[in-house]
Amino acid sequence: MSEANDSSQPGRRDFLIKAAAVGIGAVTTLVPAGAGLVTLLDPLRHKAKAGRFLRVATLNSLPEDGTPRQFPVVSERQDAWNKYPEVRVGAVYLRKTGPKEVQAINVVCPHAGCFVNYQPDQRNYLCPCHNSRFALDGAIKDASSPSPRPLDTMEVKVEADGAVLVKFENYRAGIHEKIVAS
Amino acid sequence: MNSLFNWLDQRTGYKAIVKHALYENVPGGARWRYVWGSTLTFCLVIQFITGTFLWMAYSPSSQTAWESVYYIQYEMAGGWFLRGLHHYTAQAMNILLVLHLMQVVIDGAYKAPREMNFWFGLGLLLLVMGLSLTGYLLPWDQKGYWATKVATSIAAITPFIGPELQKLIIGGADYGHHTLTRFFALHAGVLPASIIALLVVHIYLFRRHGLKAKEPKMRPDAAFWPDQVLKDAVACLAVLATVLFLVIQTRGAELTAPADPSEPYSAARPEWYFLFLFQFLKYFPGGTEIWGAIIIPTVLLLVIFAMPFIGNWKLGHRFNLGFLWAMLGGAALLTWLAIAEDRSNPEYLAGVKAARFEAQRVKELAQSPSGISALGAVELLRNDPLTQGPKLFSKNCASCHRFDGHDGLGIVPQDPQSGPDLKGFASREWLTGMLDPAKVASTNYFGGTKFRDGKMVRFVKKDVAAYSADEKEQLRKVIAAVSAEAGLKGQRAMDQADAAIIAEGRTLAAGDTMRCTECHQFRKTDEDASAPDLTGYGSREWLISIINDPTHDRFYGKRNDRMPGFAKEQILDAHSIQLIADWLRGEWYEAPKLIESPAATGK
Repeated sequence: MSEANDSSQPGRRDFLIKAAAVGIGAVTTLVPAGAGLVTLLDPLRHKAKAGRFLRVATLNSLPEDGTPRQFPVVSERQDAWNKYPEVRVGAVYLRKTGPKEVQAINVVCPHAGCFVNYQPDQRNYLCPCHNSRFALDGAIKDASSPSPRPLDTMEVKVEADGAVLVKFENYRAGIHEKIVAS
Repeated sequence: MNSLFNWLDQRTGYKAIVKHALYENVPGGARWRYVWGSTLTFCLVIQFITGTFLWMAYSPSSQTAWESVYYIQYEMAGGWFLRGLHHYTAQAMNILLVLHLMQVVIDGAYKAPREMNFWFGLGLLLLVMGLSLTGYLLPWDQKGYWATKVATSIAAITPFIGPELQKLIIGGADYGHHTLTRFFALHAGVLPASIIALLVVHIYLFRRHGLKAKEPKMRPDAAFWPDQVLKDAVACLAVLATVLFLVIQTRGAELTAPADPSEPYSAARPEWYFLFLFQFLKYFPGGTEIWGAIIIPTVLLLVIFAMPFIGNWKLGHRFNLGFLWAMLGGAALLTWLAIAEDRSNPEYLAGVKAARFEAQRVKELAQSPSGISALGAVELLRNDPLTQGPKLFSKNCASCHRFDGHDGLGIVPQDPQSGPDLKGFASREWLTGMLDPAKVASTNYFGGTKFRDGKMVRFVKKDVAAYSADEKEQLRKVIAAVSAEAGLKGQRAMDQADAAIIAEGRTLAAGDTMRCTECHQFRKTDEDASAPDLTGYGSREWLISIINDPTHDRFYGKRNDRMPGFAKEQILDAHSIQLIADWLRGEWYEAPKLIESPAATGK
């Protein structure tokens, strides 16, 4: 564009200056904001660890009458920069359903993620947050329970030496389907 | 659309504000010399944005600060870039602050009625320096830790309140968790909030008095928008481009090894823009630091604060200009002197080299399968034979021994060598050298010891020297067998491949023909043995035991030369002895990619 054109079109020159000022201003602010956003979104790159069978208890630590007992789940864990070879990562209820059969229930309520309590006198589980009630096997006990699904059960392996292994996983809360949180 | 804007305007009056902001009069039209304030505001915006995002990943405690910054730098997507932006924009701000101050003084914009604005600007300058100082410590790496120690020690010499002031700043008697929580609260809370408060007044006063035009005016007056805005935007873009260049060129800001109060750091220096103060302090002999650290800088600062008054005198403006140029020249000279002195300071250069090695090494260890434990990354280097072995060797062994001719750290000690060179100890190559008639009496083996005319030397010089080809071949097998006792990591493949030769060598060594067992034990107890046990020779246990106590019957007994029993005489703790043994044996974590250790690079 020539000088002559410039002076004959002051409106156009003015517009170009304004556009350039706004454009450059936008670009310069977008760089730090963009860099920050990329780092902010970093957690989306990380998936939860796939469930693995972890040794949780032994057969003879479980009551014969099928009363559930709560056990911590110990596993290795990477928490951002820290690596723990052995740390408690959650808890399960285990109960005997046969001489060599065990049911494992995740202690987390499928409604909103609270830790459900076992109530020995009523032989059921009660969520302390929104009063969801679950039967011994984890089924919804009370039609008015807010939980969308029964308590989450997990795969169990009982070894010859009586060790109870649980495939420990966490599941997405608040939905009808049982989907592994990843 | 228009009706929406009108609706908004009726309720907020934003149009008048925008108009006031954009149509500020620029006397004499837009000029490049007016851009500095805008570039500084722009830098501040970058710092607020990048700082907020860094905040989301930073954890201020002495066991998590370095670790979280490490995680930002090396593990999070784009983390190095974000941190680099924050780091280099901070540096750019220091330069821009000086340029802004210069422009204000040169143009006489500090004079009545703009005195208040000048002082608010100086207040902002000090706050930004405060941000630099507090930010430097936050990664909790060796560099920031030792540099900030200097700054807070200077605070302690403040008259009357010094020690209490220092305690308040660092949150206790020693550096620790509360030093970080306090510095972080200052860096991300108190100082930025103060800056915003002062900046609002600074910009309000600037608008109130208008721009101080540089005479003569080149063009008619014009509005701030759009010409000056464009110039400002281009200047900001130039600043950003410079910062981006530095970020990409250096792959972000440096992160040295985790802070460790027990590890020396000879490369400790403040950030380059504080180097002049650092250098200035060197000229004040013990007991007079207060002049260099507090009194003189305060007086100089007071003169700058007084510039609006000084400027009222006849030659005042010229004095102010001269004073500022002299200060800048002085600071530049001091900075140059600091750099020049460091360049020819071998201790500093060695410190920088060691610092680079440790920064790289700790990164490898953090990325190793065992990762960073809950105790923090500082433990990684403390437990690393490759890092600690050479240092321990240099301090405890190198007055007699050598490692590849040096002290383990690449320096040849003053004391003459009087013990064997232990590089590759118990390897086949090392043993072959010891059994070489030409080498056995050299200082690399027995030459510097009282055994230089001993049985072993005589045996090698006489018997081995006369070996036939067959006997030489037998000796080679014996060497392979004895060396295999060590189970060295570097020879593992070779030892496995030569299993048959080693088995043969063991039989030969235990038998009478090679005469080893006349003095040594080998895989069989012999009460009469008078020379070091060859069973497990050079293994971890063997090496630790001989360092613990060479006068044990299993080694030299009463005939021991000068070597102290490092455990027996409580010279070193068990952990340090293990580190030396592991290092001599080459037992340390090796990252998939090879790096150079100070030992490997030699001198």
